[in-house]
Amino acid sequence: METINLEDLFEAKLAKNEMIEPKDWMPENYRKHLIRQISQHAHSEIVGMLPEGNWITRAPSLRAKLILLAKVQDEGGHGLYLYTAAESLGITREEMLDALLTGKAKYSSIFNYPTLSWADVGAIGWLVDGAAIMNQVMLQRSSYGPYSRAMVRICKEESFHQRQGYEIMTQLSFGTSEQKEMAQDALNRWWYPTLMMFGPPDVESPNSENAIKWRIKRETNDQLRQRFINQTAIQVEYLGLVAPDKNLKWNEKKQGYDYSDPDWNEFKSVIKGNGICNKDRLLSRNNSHKNGEWVREAAIAFGKKQEQESKAA
Amino acid sequence: MKDSLYNYTLRLGDTSLILAQRLSEWTGHGPFLEEDLALTNIALDIFGRAKGLLEYAAKKEGKGRTEDDLAFFRSDREFFNLLITEQPNGDYAKTMIRQSIIDCFDLLFYTELAKSKDLTLAGIASKSVKEITYHKRHSFSWVVRFGNGTEESFSRLQKGLNEIWAYSGELFEMNEDDHNLIKEGIAVDLDSLKQKWELEIKELFEKANLVIPETLFMQQGSRKALHSEYLGYILAEMQSIPRMHPNAKW
Repeated sequence: METINLEDLFEAKLAKNEMIEPKDWMPENYRKHLIRQISQHAHSEIVGMLPEGNWITRAPSLRAKLILLAKVQDEGGHGLYLYTAAESLGITREEMLDALLTGKAKYSSIFNYPTLSWADVGAIGWLVDGAAIMNQVMLQRSSYGPYSRAMVRICKEESFHQRQGYEIMTQLSFGTSEQKEMAQDALNRWWYPTLMMFGPPDVESPNSENAIKWRIKRETNDQLRQRFINQTAIQVEYLGLVAPDKNLKWNEKKQGYDYSDPDWNEFKSVIKGNGICNKDRLLSRNNSHKNGEWVREAAIAFGKKQEQESKAA
Repeated sequence: MKDSLYNYTLRLGDTSLILAQRLSEWTGHGPFLEEDLALTNIALDIFGRAKGLLEYAAKKEGKGRTEDDLAFFRSDREFFNLLITEQPNGDYAKTMIRQSIIDCFDLLFYTELAKSKDLTLAGIASKSVKEITYHKRHSFSWVVRFGNGTEESFSRLQKGLNEIWAYSGELFEMNEDDHNLIKEGIAVDLDSLKQKWELEIKELFEKANLVIPETLFMQQGSRKALHSEYLGYILAEMQSIPRMHPNAKW
């Protein structure tokens, strides 16, 4: 009988827009859904350090280098808050890392695309972080307290990232003809993968229904995608670039842009592991982890010796 | 005098730039997340210092060049960074032992430079002292940890020291520019730092059970812009985009 009461209490909190906190009772499925979502989000931040990190040593000015380095560091910091938020649901960092390193856990598939020029650093900030913000602004009002609070902090930094990405795109689009070409090429390559970030169309999205019911998510994939396109199409125009979609047109009736769907077969294929960088990203994470093993062991061994010495003293 | 100040500032800027460039290679690849963030933070501080120093060097040169021109459009025979900074990172033990040798020197050096009669250098230095105090605490604590952690961590640390030690002598090398500027109360007399540095480093090495390599030979060259083969590759990578698009702004 007690379970029913607890469930009622949980539902009542959701109905009143109150936060669920780590010590509160929650349905097992809610907990599982959150662990999956938050850990995937954390993994995405950590793997997301790699495509941009690819350009740190080649950033073309000292200012650009400082900004990019700080940005990549922010992503790592986001990973850290998110792992901590997930830990409050009863999973350890080791378990989550293990799932990432063995390929069991997913991360945002966008990071399986390569960064081929400096303009990609701009495009990632502008488009990829822009799309992430759409999602994350919504998640600030998520029903799980630690996740919601992590998002508030993350959103502030992400909007700075988006601005710096757009600044790079502006610099390139109004720069030399080679720079503009670089910007257009980056837009061509990142446009559809970015649209895929919002997930499959609502009719095919298996996890959306519960997420909305539990107020983990508050808007559907298609709603967010549409909002992103409405905002971004105007920026594409301002930059004097052309989106790689002939059907991108303002639709007065729906007060939004019409657009072509991304290639959902490609989406599924990259998620399955067939993107050009899937193997490299995972290998890179595994190598860092493996090369760091003796460092972590040394730190633990030293910590134990310290403890023994302080006990003896 | 004017040339000496340019040369001196450029040398300090180059040393910071190449060290930070090396450290930033670790970003995204650190031994664990917290450490990845910490080392990236250190690289950021040092890049920031490099930017300030090169900006000032460009100003002192007075030829209308910017800090980016100095960083991205000079060849290895025009770079004056200390050889120790361009050595490969190796494993984390080698990176930390290199860093501890440099941090120990830098804290002494920039503390003195903060008293320089050149107010710009003094300003950059006093900001740096706060940062380096933290960097030194970080690298020193890793050296002690590795030295007393596991057999593997100790042997990696000793190996790292054996590889890097011959590049430590250059830290104290002075030339005409130093002597000109010391007279003016601008530069730091490096001889005055050596004893303190040796004392602190020896104390650290003792705590980490390290043995200083027996070889007394010390590598030299950077004061004359003579480098190891590593610098060419660092610059090829770092300068590739600006060199490919010399008329572009970034």
